[in-house]
Amino acid sequence: MTTVSTNTFASRPSTGRSLEKSTFWIFRIATYVILLAGFAVFGDIVFKGSATVFGAFKTTSSFPYFTNTFLTEAPESLYVFEHKGEKREMGDTEYRAFREKETAAALAAGKPAPVFEAASYVYSAGGIWPCIVGTVLLVVGSMTIALLLGVSSAIFLSEYARDGTFVRFVRLAILNLAGVPSIVFGLFGFGMFVIYFDWNVSLLAGWFTLAFMVLPVVITASEEALKAVPKGFREGSLALGATKWQTIQSNVLPYALPGILTSSILGIARVAGETAPIMFTAAYVVRDKMPWDVEKISDFFFQGVMALPYHIYVVSSKIPQNEYTSRVQYGTAFVFLGIVALIAASSIILRNKLRGRYKW
Amino acid sequence: MDTPSATPASRTFNVPATATSAEGAQTLIEIDNFDFYYGAKQALFDINIRIADKRVTAFIGPSGCGKSTLLRCLNRMNDLIDGTSVKRGSVKIRSIDINGRDVDSIELRKRVGMVFQKSNPFPKSIYENIIYGLRIQGVKSKSRLDEVVEKSLRGAALWDEVKDRLHESGLGLSGGQQQRLCIARTIAVEPEVILMDEPCSALDPIATAKVEELIHELKKQYTIIIVTHSMQQAARCSDQTAFFYMGKLIEFGETRDIFMNPKNPQTEAYVSGRFG
Ligand SMILES: Nc1ncnc2c1ncn2[C@@H]1O[C@H](COP(=O)(O)OP(=O)(O)O)[C@@H](O)[C@H]1O
Ligand SMILES: [Mg+2]
Repeated sequence: MTTVSTNTFASRPSTGRSLEKSTFWIFRIATYVILLAGFAVFGDIVFKGSATVFGAFKTTSSFPYFTNTFLTEAPESLYVFEHKGEKREMGDTEYRAFREKETAAALAAGKPAPVFEAASYVYSAGGIWPCIVGTVLLVVGSMTIALLLGVSSAIFLSEYARDGTFVRFVRLAILNLAGVPSIVFGLFGFGMFVIYFDWNVSLLAGWFTLAFMVLPVVITASEEALKAVPKGFREGSLALGATKWQTIQSNVLPYALPGILTSSILGIARVAGETAPIMFTAAYVVRDKMPWDVEKISDFFFQGVMALPYHIYVVSSKIPQNEYTSRVQYGTAFVFLGIVALIAASSIILRNKLRGRYKW
Repeated sequence: MDTPSATPASRTFNVPATATSAEGAQTLIEIDNFDFYYGAKQALFDINIRIADKRVTAFIGPSGCGKSTLLRCLNRMNDLIDGTSVKRGSVKIRSIDINGRDVDSIELRKRVGMVFQKSNPFPKSIYENIIYGLRIQGVKSKSRLDEVVEKSLRGAALWDEVKDRLHESGLGLSGGQQQRLCIARTIAVEPEVILMDEPCSALDPIATAKVEELIHELKKQYTIIIVTHSMQQAARCSDQTAFFYMGKLIEFGETRDIFMNPKNPQTEAYVSGRFG
């Protein structure tokens, strides 16, 4: 026979218990708030921006029979005016052609020329094609420079240099560099590349400025990735009579590459998104020519470009806010997110491919 | 010592049929009055050994006594560690001081190969693993590479097990196969000496037996120096044995003598499993 005893495991309410519960809720709510904020930011951009982008599809008469004016045209001023009792919105080129046509028609009919009273909004018509091109050029160029310099210096620091005061000093310097605000890099780039090297406001100046900005990330990431390669691979290679560089080249670097790429993805987003480093060094408010319209190859490197983040800044700061400009702002931000996602996705695919090849 | 045996090793020791007398063999490596330091810390004290050509020499002794250190001095792997230095004495291979100014450690390592405690196949195909050394030397001829791959894998008793998957990753092999792959990779560059640092410490008994069998085969062509924790292994595989304790060479001689009638009481105590 079992005796029924009192439940010694019964829960007893205490301040400790309620504290337990409330801490749990604090952490939980904090997480939810962050999640909510994230959704709000992305939702806002995607919701408002996609309207601009997807609203800009137009049919054309030749293959592929459609185009997206927002993605493929240069920015133009928007003219809003009333004509024959109707409210019209037109881009700069279209507006001028329209005005000429109407004037000529009126003259031909012997009527007085029509009066156009249009309100103009800068950059609110057309698209952002030159900005997309500019940003892609800036990202590709600066990441190439940053990876070449960063990986080289990471190899030097972690494979060649002996641990000592010098290396510790270099690491400290790199760490400090990571904390420097991007506007300071912009000023440095302006003083160094634009003025001192006399490169003017140019792609080259922007590349180097952006490259220096992400270098700390690239170096630190590369060092970590190199350290993660087992010592046995190096020793095994050296024991077979390989030199140090042969070892690094064929038995260390290939395995470290996926790791280097992973963290460089963060660098890509930063390079693509920063306004401050390029506003004095590489970005033009507006530029008629596309970057490939150059006479000499060398001119290519010494021309400024339009860029997405700077375009957002220009559109948002130069003119009073209205429905027409916010259209461009959000559209640009949306495209910007899309491009960063695209570049990041392709590096992730590349990384996974490499990672699949080298596993240990 | 990994497995202190209940019975003193000295009494159960049988001279293996494969043992070759070191007498009559030529000396390949001479180590004289050798002192070695890690920074300020002395790791080896006045080592004197003559290692015979085409024989197996075992280094035994308790952990931290300097076996690996001495082994790594023979192909100058210790150069890679900051602050190491040879303060006195010399290591000569065929009468050439390998720490001399005119000796290139890269060339030395082509002649003195090494197999590590933790098998370290590269994350490449079996084929690529084997030809790694030759690739480095700039050998491009496909037929030559194919030939070396087969010869090395046969030499390491691995050919039959992997011939159908040469282009699969070397990491897909079992532990024992991986270690034999590393041996194959080493013999592919045709060294004179093969250094083995506890090559079987991570292997099961069957894989260990295979590697030991392989060592008997290899000594026809190569001079082998093997560091081992297992006295049984030293007894089974080696012709000569060196016993180290606290960075000093305590006793060196024919394996049979070291195990059956050691002259030094410390050696006696160690081989009979009384300390280690
Ligand atoms: N890289 C190193 N730096 C400093 N001391 C080391 C290093 N490697 C080994 N030692 C020291 O040298 C001595 C011999 O070590 P080792 O040759 O590895 O011994 P064993 O292989 O016989 O176990 C030990 O005292 C060890 O602490
Ligand atoms: Mg050891």
